[in-house]
Amino acid sequence: MNDTTGLGDDVQLITLDVNGTCYEVITAPRRTLVDVLRHDLRLTGTHVGCEHGICGACTVLVDGLPVRACLMFAAQAEGARITTVESLADSGTGELSDLQRAFTAHHGLQCGFCTPGFLMLAQGFLAERPEATKEDIREVVAANLCRCTGYQTIVEAIDACATARRSQRAAGAEEDSCN
Amino acid sequence: MTSAKDDRLVGRSVARREDPRLLSGRGRFVDDIELPGMLHAQFVRSTVAHGTITEIDLTRVRQVPGVVAAFTAADLELGDITAQLGRPLSEFVPTAMPVLARDRVRYVGEPVAVVVARDPYLAEDGLEAAKVTYAPLPPITCEEQALAPGAPRVHAEAAGNTLVDVGLFATEGIDEIFDQAPCVVHVDVRTGRQNALPLETRGAVAQWDAREEQLVLHTCTQTPHQVRTVASRCLRLDERAVRVIVPDMGGGFGLKCVVGREEIAAAAAALRLGRPVKWIEDRKDALSASFLAREQHYTARAAFDADGRILGLDADVVCDMGAYSCYPFTAGIEPLMASAEMPGVYKVPAYRVRGRAITTNKAPTAPYRGVSRPQYVMAMERLMERAARELRLDPVEIRRRNVITDFPYTGVNNITYDPGSYLESLDLCERAVREAGWYDRQAAATAEGRHIGIGYSCFSERTGYGSAAFAQRKMEVVPGFDLAEVRMDTSGAVTATTGTISHGQSHETTMAQIVADTLGLDIAKVKLHQGDTDRITYGWGTFASRSIAVGGSAVRLAAGKLGDKLRAIAADEWGILPEETELDRGRVRRRDDPDVALSYEHLADTAYLKSHLLPKDIDPGLTATAVFDVHNDGTFSNATHGVVVELHEGTGQVEILAYFCVEDCGVAVNPQVVEGQCRGGIAQGISGALFEQITYDAQGEPSATSFMDYKVPTAHEIPEVVIHHLETPCAFTATGAKGAGEGGTIGAPAAVLNAVNDALRPTGVELDNTPITPETVHRALIPRTPEQTP
Repeated sequence: MNDTTGLGDDVQLITLDVNGTCYEVITAPRRTLVDVLRHDLRLTGTHVGCEHGICGACTVLVDGLPVRACLMFAAQAEGARITTVESLADSGTGELSDLQRAFTAHHGLQCGFCTPGFLMLAQGFLAERPEATKEDIREVVAANLCRCTGYQTIVEAIDACATARRSQRAAGAEEDSCN
Repeated sequence: MTSAKDDRLVGRSVARREDPRLLSGRGRFVDDIELPGMLHAQFVRSTVAHGTITEIDLTRVRQVPGVVAAFTAADLELGDITAQLGRPLSEFVPTAMPVLARDRVRYVGEPVAVVVARDPYLAEDGLEAAKVTYAPLPPITCEEQALAPGAPRVHAEAAGNTLVDVGLFATEGIDEIFDQAPCVVHVDVRTGRQNALPLETRGAVAQWDAREEQLVLHTCTQTPHQVRTVASRCLRLDERAVRVIVPDMGGGFGLKCVVGREEIAAAAAALRLGRPVKWIEDRKDALSASFLAREQHYTARAAFDADGRILGLDADVVCDMGAYSCYPFTAGIEPLMASAEMPGVYKVPAYRVRGRAITTNKAPTAPYRGVSRPQYVMAMERLMERAARELRLDPVEIRRRNVITDFPYTGVNNITYDPGSYLESLDLCERAVREAGWYDRQAAATAEGRHIGIGYSCFSERTGYGSAAFAQRKMEVVPGFDLAEVRMDTSGAVTATTGTISHGQSHETTMAQIVADTLGLDIAKVKLHQGDTDRITYGWGTFASRSIAVGGSAVRLAAGKLGDKLRAIAADEWGILPEETELDRGRVRRRDDPDVALSYEHLADTAYLKSHLLPKDIDPGLTATAVFDVHNDGTFSNATHGVVVELHEGTGQVEILAYFCVEDCGVAVNPQVVEGQCRGGIAQGISGALFEQITYDAQGEPSATSFMDYKVPTAHEIPEVVIHHLETPCAFTATGAKGAGEGGTIGAPAAVLNAVNDALRPTGVELDNTPITPETVHRALIPRTPEQTP
């Protein structure tokens, strides 16, 4: 039995900024960001589907950009802003965000395992490209794998969210110009 | 007795109750479970396809820092997993699957030892230190090798490497029918070996609960009670000493409806070590060492009269089941399904079939979504297309002349089909394709030298198999019934249990819709419990599209019984007969004076807290149990798929330009959920038709061990699907619903293949196999000189 010591010699203390909270983690250099998020910080909303960067289930935002958290070591994320699926709903009321509501309205999820990855992919993409067309969205959705939905309703959900955000902004702009 | 018709939830796309937690990262999947002191297991797996184990040396494994233990089969002394059919040895050869390989390995990836460590990284380190020595045996990697005279045997007891060999039906005079028929067509259809590929790999967390004297096994399975049975037998525990709990599950598609070896081994390790043990399969193991699917070979011929009406069908089906029979279904699941149901939606007057399951040195198979139906539908639809060409008939017209139109219809296969809309769906699908302008566009494209093809498939999806249907296959473990309990607590809130287990199918929503309607209750008051062998008395889980047809019926019946009890309590309070009351929006009201009503809260208060007020013939409490089984041949959903493809010269790409689906699953409890099942199923069917395949080299090494080698389609490759609904309610399920889980997967491969062949028509090339690779299409499109034309 070797189940006596802690983490072994080769550990380091890192600081991670996740969803606006600062965490200090003692971890081995080889641990991936997704494993630290899930198992050290217990933020289990981010899922692991392949561990080689293809399926995208582990997608989180690092400084606002979608990243495969299975392809990044936790230590590499020091000093960056990390955002996970747990950040999307209102932390006080639990109310779902417009993007999350669009997924439910369009039946953009079934088993829900890939869903956090698609949500974070869309969250990062729409922030950067609010004017994205449905075709652009389909292109981006092709970055991740889903086995349940056939993708159509995921594309529709993200497109509906983008469209609603645009019309809201337009309405806001109109209101501004009236004042 | 329900509330006013317009309040009804069944038939409406009620928002999914699963969604808020799954969307906000609050779901709980197996790998999300963390227990104090938990250890992590991984498996030393065979590196050879076939061989005897001469030595397993785990000494260095045990010295790796962080490794707590390592066990072989000899250390754990577990019982084997053996699936049985009640058939003579000439028809079925039982084979045992040991939890860990003992003296022989039969496929690359077979578990040989389990390594348990403090964390998953350290467990991986441990695997690298394992030393296993094999004396290799010649691997059997394909049907031709398996069936060759004098071939080495995968299992000593299985002569000719054949586990199942069944000849069925053999209509008298069938040879004469073929001899005399004006048109006989042949096909030779092969489908590739696939992985059902739930995005969540398999996994388990096992823990001995000393207070309850019970092994608690969290695992993502579609069949929790069957896992409990196998775990208790392998571990030699009473069944009550095993509790299987299924948390949220990231898909299954059949891969998780059979009992795996790793979850049993992880449980054994947890018992040995007295600590919780988690095993999470990695993608490499999931692709190559879990359960695969689909590899089949059909040699079939069909006889037609001059008008294109089918006269007879003669088929030989060989299913490559890999190294072991799966529990509880056995290797018979695929050939027996194909043999029983191949005539499908067509009026076939004469039929003969031989169905075989062969064993090879490849990972074992599980019944993947559709189970033989995608393959036999492909074979049938190829026969139809070939006959249409031979007889110069329109491909839709030849189907129109052959589909079953008078119901109930008892086929040559002794199966009685309940009413469906086979002809209507075909006509509607063709109209949808035509009205969208695809025939015109095809003509224009052909004139420009482009290659656009239109293809169809007609099929039915037998769902709601009851115990009678499984007994007919002579399974020793006979699934079928489902048991539901519905209870109301003192606050008037309702809990329903089902023996089925949702893993994406939305049962928490659809079953709650059924209960809410039956009791005339706000859906927010209803909660579904599933996937816990201590909470659910018994169940057969979710497979074969049984959940809504069978499980939903049981839930409906139990809720109805609970409603009856509420009415009886209210009637007693009023001094009237129960028949003089009805349920209405959370209350029981008097029929003669609907303004007079008693709330469920009031009645629950009486039933539990003031039971002295109840009459003698009413027991305290508010709980009802019902069992539903299907005593006939089940119910048949049906659909027609229509596909438009364009083939690209140079790349050989098959681009899907349009996809139409006309489906009929009886009463759609939640139309949005049904559409989701259709779209997802179609995506998986397209995957099989065009992309996914696991091949093996001559040494039995699997080709695909990562997503770099196994092409899972993305939003690029999967088209939008236009869905039309027809509704032929089922007469014998309690809700009028038929199953809807598998149809998309069943219909897509045949429709895509037919569309590709339509596009290839000018080349004279016809394809019969899937996946249709770019290379095949590219070759077919290379212009030929007239002499080269096949």
